[in-house]
Amino acid sequence: MNATCTSRRLGRGLMVVILWMAAFSAAGEEYLGRDEFLDLACGDSQPEMHTLWVTEEMRTAATAAVGWMPNALRLRYWQEGSCTAWILEDIGKIKPITLGIVVSGNRIERVEVLAFRESRGWEIRYPFFTGQFNGLTLADDGYLSQPIDGITGATLSVRAVERVARLALWLDAQVQS
Amino acid sequence: MKKCVAGLLLGLFTTAAVAATPVPTIEEMWAIIQQQQAEIDQLKAQLASADEEIKETNVKVEATASAVEAGMASGGKSLASSWTERTQIGSYGEMHYNNLDDNNDNGGDKDEIDFHRFVFFLGHDFSERTRFFSEVELEHSISGDDQNGEVELEQAYIEHDLTDSTHIKAGLFLLPIGILNQTHEPNTFYGVERNNVEKNIIPTTWWEGGLALDGEIAPGWSYETTFTSGLKLDAEDGDYKIRDGRQKVSKANASDFAYTANLKYTGIAGLEVGATVQYQEDLYQGDYDQDVDAMLYSAHVAWRNGPFGLRALGATWDIDNAINGIKEGADEQEGWYIEPSWLVMRDLGVFARYSEWDNQAGSSDDTDINQWDVGVNYWLEENVVFKLDYQWQDAPDDKKELDGLNLGVGWSF
Repeated sequence: MNATCTSRRLGRGLMVVILWMAAFSAAGEEYLGRDEFLDLACGDSQPEMHTLWVTEEMRTAATAAVGWMPNALRLRYWQEGSCTAWILEDIGKIKPITLGIVVSGNRIERVEVLAFRESRGWEIRYPFFTGQFNGLTLADDGYLSQPIDGITGATLSVRAVERVARLALWLDAQVQS
Repeated sequence: MKKCVAGLLLGLFTTAAVAATPVPTIEEMWAIIQQQQAEIDQLKAQLASADEEIKETNVKVEATASAVEAGMASGGKSLASSWTERTQIGSYGEMHYNNLDDNNDNGGDKDEIDFHRFVFFLGHDFSERTRFFSEVELEHSISGDDQNGEVELEQAYIEHDLTDSTHIKAGLFLLPIGILNQTHEPNTFYGVERNNVEKNIIPTTWWEGGLALDGEIAPGWSYETTFTSGLKLDAEDGDYKIRDGRQKVSKANASDFAYTANLKYTGIAGLEVGATVQYQEDLYQGDYDQDVDAMLYSAHVAWRNGPFGLRALGATWDIDNAINGIKEGADEQEGWYIEPSWLVMRDLGVFARYSEWDNQAGSSDDTDINQWDVGVNYWLEENVVFKLDYQWQDAPDDKKELDGLNLGVGWSF
């Protein structure tokens, strides 16, 4: 028996501890559903659903302003006064992420991850990440008014959330004008 | 006077004409009202019918839009296609130019341009809970006999969600060790070449075949455990460096296995702290005089706060000292690096890195190599990057000591 053997034994012990933790962590966790998101969106009032038809002119303007527009003919959104709620999707690494964005008074009020399908980067759904978007506006250059601290190993998912947030702000400005 | 008389006569004539028109009787008035009511009823019916048609038209427009959008999502190939909707593709790649001088004149001068990696992803969702993911890589542009490159299957596994937060994988996958091994798209890290600690000690890119279980323990805390094929060093060839032991799941000797456990904390925006331990049952898979088991310990931190970033990693192998019979001091192989960075503009960042690594750290001789890197990344687009850096190495006299310039271009999508 020497220090090396002791070290390896300790290492194996650590592995057992992690495996044990893993075995007891298999509790399911549900993402926010659409109705739950809308319940949270605009205060006590249930926002009313609207349809925004995406014209070629609008697509061109969005691409120029924020760099993209979903490949859709129309977008659903919900509105109550100056509050709008958007459910939009963008690709992270290879799979779509479904996001709920609430905009009020030209500022992001809430970002929620409704569905995340990538195998890594699920941390984007936690408030420590989504909370960074609260209060942000769309800057003149089409980016958010403040930088977002990312998540290591989930760069592409983080960028997808930023893209969707920028688009939601731009769309909100279109329907409010 | 004549005008007044004429006007009077005209007024009398008109009054007489009106008095001559017969006034409708009540019966006639009733008939007119009934006729008008019938017309009103008919107009109401037509309006109701038009409303119904408008509603039906709206439904048809929505249905058409949905069908067209479904066609868009499936690449327009078929409105009924669901296979394409459940299949994803992607890619990353990088080309490098290296102009390096070997200060120790050990034949290491490097002045070359190399399409280092071209990687193609393919994924498919069998259902909401079961999916396939794969990566095929072409290294150094061309493969075949007497060629520099090779085609490698870097990932190919089935993943199933046991619960929303617990997943099991079976197949060939990347091990959860360090920062770059699982996430190494060129636009996600600084420096043209991957750092030498994660190359020579971890050794990235490192994949094995077997089973993995991963998930969340609590918000911000995640784990991944694997049971996989192990490394195999060739005793006859005198192999001792960990990187030489990768079998790449190609008719891999499975006499002895490896067990990996990773714990990660990502509960604060911009922060990742991770640690991994791995046990290898026998690095020589029974081909040496005695079993040479080994333990890998790795820890890292990656932090980003606004424009400032910091990455640091340390990794060490504790190997049965029987390996010293093949190479003195090989029972300890270790390295570490620290890499601060600054995003000067949204699309331009600079970094510096200091790294040290040693594949014979158990020896009393001077065997370690250290390296400084400074450089810049320019992101032409979010996922398209151009890189430039300069490196200075300090190595023992019997090893290559490479100083010089590196340039690169990379992308991912």
